[in-house]
Amino acid sequence: MTERMLTVRIQRQDGPSDAPRWEEFSVPWRQNANVISVLMQIQRDPRTSDGKPTTPPAWDAACLEEVCGSCTMNINGQVRQACTALVDKLAQPLMLAPMKKFPLIRDLTVDRSRMFEALKRVKAWIPIDGTYDLGPGPRQAPEDQELNYALSTCMSCGCCLEVCPQIGATTAFIGAAAISQARLFNNHPTGSMNADERLRGLMGPGGVADCGKAGLCVQACPKGIPLTSSIAEMNRDTTKQALKDWLFRDESKGGAGPGG
Amino acid sequence: MAERYIVVGGGLAGLMTVIKLAEAGKHVDIFSIVPVKRSHSVCAQGGINGAVNTKGEGDSPDIHVKDTLKGGDFLAEQPPVKGMCYAAPGIIYLLDRMGVPFNRTHEGLLDFRRFGGTLHNRTAFAGASTGQQLLYALDEQVRRYETEGLVRKFEYWEYLGFVKDEQGACRGIVALNLRTMEIESFAADAVCLATGGPGIIFGRSTNSTINTGTAAARAYIDGAIYSNAEFVQVHPTAIPGEDKHRLMSESARGEGGRIWVPKQKGDMRAHKDIPATERWYFLEERYPHYGNLVPRDVATREIFSVVRDMGLGVEGTDAVYLDVSHIPAATLEKKLGGIMDIYEKFVGVDPKHNPMKIFPAVHYSMGGLWVDYEADARGDLVKSSPRQQSTNIPGLYAAGECDYAYHGANRLGANSLLSCLYSGQITGPAMVNYAKNNMAAKGDAPARTLASAKTYWSDRFNTIYKMSGTENPYVIGQQMGELMVKTSTVVKRNAELDSAMVQIQQMKERWSQCNVLDTGRTLNQSASYVNQLWNMLELAHVMLKTGRMRDESRGSHYKPDFVLPKAKTKNPSDDPEFMTAWRARDEKWRKVSMARWSTEPQITFEPLKSLQVENPILKPEPRHYD
Ligand SMILES: Cc1cc2nc3c(=O)[nH]c(=O)nc-3n(C[C@H](O)[C@H](O)[C@H](O)COP(=O)(O)OP(=O)(O)OC[C@H]3O[C@@H](n4cnc5c(N)ncnc54)[C@H](O)[C@@H]3O)c2cc1C
Repeated sequence: MTERMLTVRIQRQDGPSDAPRWEEFSVPWRQNANVISVLMQIQRDPRTSDGKPTTPPAWDAACLEEVCGSCTMNINGQVRQACTALVDKLAQPLMLAPMKKFPLIRDLTVDRSRMFEALKRVKAWIPIDGTYDLGPGPRQAPEDQELNYALSTCMSCGCCLEVCPQIGATTAFIGAAAISQARLFNNHPTGSMNADERLRGLMGPGGVADCGKAGLCVQACPKGIPLTSSIAEMNRDTTKQALKDWLFRDESKGGAGPGG
Repeated sequence: MAERYIVVGGGLAGLMTVIKLAEAGKHVDIFSIVPVKRSHSVCAQGGINGAVNTKGEGDSPDIHVKDTLKGGDFLAEQPPVKGMCYAAPGIIYLLDRMGVPFNRTHEGLLDFRRFGGTLHNRTAFAGASTGQQLLYALDEQVRRYETEGLVRKFEYWEYLGFVKDEQGACRGIVALNLRTMEIESFAADAVCLATGGPGIIFGRSTNSTINTGTAAARAYIDGAIYSNAEFVQVHPTAIPGEDKHRLMSESARGEGGRIWVPKQKGDMRAHKDIPATERWYFLEERYPHYGNLVPRDVATREIFSVVRDMGLGVEGTDAVYLDVSHIPAATLEKKLGGIMDIYEKFVGVDPKHNPMKIFPAVHYSMGGLWVDYEADARGDLVKSSPRQQSTNIPGLYAAGECDYAYHGANRLGANSLLSCLYSGQITGPAMVNYAKNNMAAKGDAPARTLASAKTYWSDRFNTIYKMSGTENPYVIGQQMGELMVKTSTVVKRNAELDSAMVQIQQMKERWSQCNVLDTGRTLNQSASYVNQLWNMLELAHVMLKTGRMRDESRGSHYKPDFVLPKAKTKNPSDDPEFMTAWRARDEKWRKVSMARWSTEPQITFEPLKSLQVENPILKPEPRHYD
């Protein structure tokens, strides 16, 4: 009996300044295989379909249960996590390519550090006084917790940036993920105390106003985070904040405010 | 030079250590293979324990101490466990203040649920992705310190080994930049390893792919003591997979999930056609008190005996049902949403309406780097003592799953996130005090020590790049995993362990015939893997050898050839004959295994320090849950 085989095409690139090329692999079909297990099979026998030895493709992975965000790539032209990409549900040959909107490192791995930098820009944290024992945090209604939990499942995977028409090599748009994180912290009883700082982080070049409202981010998000409503809310709030900042502009400079 | 600290690992333990150091105004360099936000701690699903006692059950830290020590069959040193359980409510409150979206009661308070090995609702949770939520909260605080200039992150850097001075003290680390393959040494006044567990030694487990245990294994090769390696937890409920086994958290049972198999052997009917009277809820029947929430070692052995010995696996396969389909879908969505999604995404069946098919899988290492503690006469840890969490190498600390300290012979569910955070909390101050006491005399790390450590590693990698043999390292890794699962998990037998050690030895020989597969200098993952594989083989050897030597059954370590006779009374303490046998076993084996590296691991078994005192925190007693 001949073994059932699976054809996989992988976009390879040895480094940022090398030329990309496609390599085709043929691996034995396995029940319940996902893109990760296929990549593991190639590691154990790194030869292309025509039998030529090659290097094992490089890819990022960690949790393999869609909570760490590592293994994001384009699979059959769609950006998603490789771990939840079950082979039997995908058209073949499988086509694997790196994300296009981030600087390439090698093969299927890219540099997503801009996502973490964006979290700095919006001060995505609760500024606690210290880690010593200060008792419980503020009470919260279960409904607020439920919204915040949903927002907080963002794993910085980059799908929303990958599909966003506003993100490109020359644009500065911060992207949906960080905007939604600003909403998360502004929606927390303690976090709301410095909501203004986060909102200012969303103003100016690359800020929330650069969103072109294509709405692709929310469709691409593997966690179903309500990204477009986060953007709408932050848009409204930054407008209000900008107005407030303008009204009180003299006070903040230490001068006399309106009427003073 | 200014004081500088290094933390290796950005899971919960590492990040908490960093926060404690930065909060004290210290400069910290943190190293991690992956961006710290993608560390394995994100996998934790079910929750974190703390006896906050919000349900009027009379829970208290003392009961938590007792459950934890008993759960680990009294193999953990007691003062650190006491410290941890007493700190737990404060840790949960701290996380709450950091903004973790814990589930709430209608009154807006933190909600708690049941977990294994206790009769109390003690587990705080954020849906079924608690670890992710906790890790993010800490990641955010560390990012804040990063913007303040106290923390420098070295992500995509792999720890290779520590730098040792002529007195044998740790003075820094050598690390590999995984993207450029550049090797560099870094000086520090004290170093903490918070590098997580070694699940990948077993091939497929519930762990992340980065959990190779290689950092701790290498520290062992370099002179740190590795303890209780033979204690590896096999979780009762996981979905078997090709790339990994995915956990179905104990919280599914904490929320009322039930385990069953058809009573009739070979029953091929669909689950819904099997009436209640023809289902065997074996855990509930055998353990009326704890039911489905017996500790993991117990549940796993029961599932094994039902499936493997009695042949009652679902449809004749390696599987039992984990059933939550009687719980309202809305409740499942709110409290277990994350794992419901995982099951549906990976198996293609909706577990809200169909029982899940699950089987045990390797999950957690109770063993790890040996660490010290210092306690007063009452068994309370001495605050900020530089001995807390210190390995036997001066200046080298360990925290989190990579230490051996908190869980004895078996870990209770939801106690690991806690031990990671607690150990991190006490490691930071311990490192600061170590530096205060020692560094003035020592001064800066000698440049030549740093340089020679770097040369050692550059040479080793240059050798690896030249490896052009016929063996594929990933194939050896896969075979190691299969061997370890077969011989060193749920049921262990000496003959098999002996043969496994011979096979590990052969794999080590084959290792030198490896082909590196890739000679490039950009993100060469296989070169890094070849180095890791050696470390894993060394640690696998220790797990097998300590397991071979420990001729008893305790917690996760079970040898059918060495089990105590069953007590004739409900409470084993009432059966004098049993107690004689139990005491004799304990006399001999209530000991920590200590492995010191040599070409053949040197193993000793040492009694627990905390039981040598006049009034231990808790007198050990026979462990039973019926
Ligand atoms: C599926 C699953 C569910 C779980 N659920 C729960 C639960 O509900 N409750 C509970 O209490 N426990 C749970 N656990 C256990 C718990 O998640 C882990 O024990 C805990 O998260 C370990 O944290 P850590 O900080 O020690 O290490 P990790 O989170 O594993 O982090 C290790 C860090 O070290 C880094 N690292 C490793 N090696 C190197 C190296 N050589 N160089 C540089 N960096 C390195 C990694 O990049 C990472 O940043 C679960 C475990 C699994 C697998």
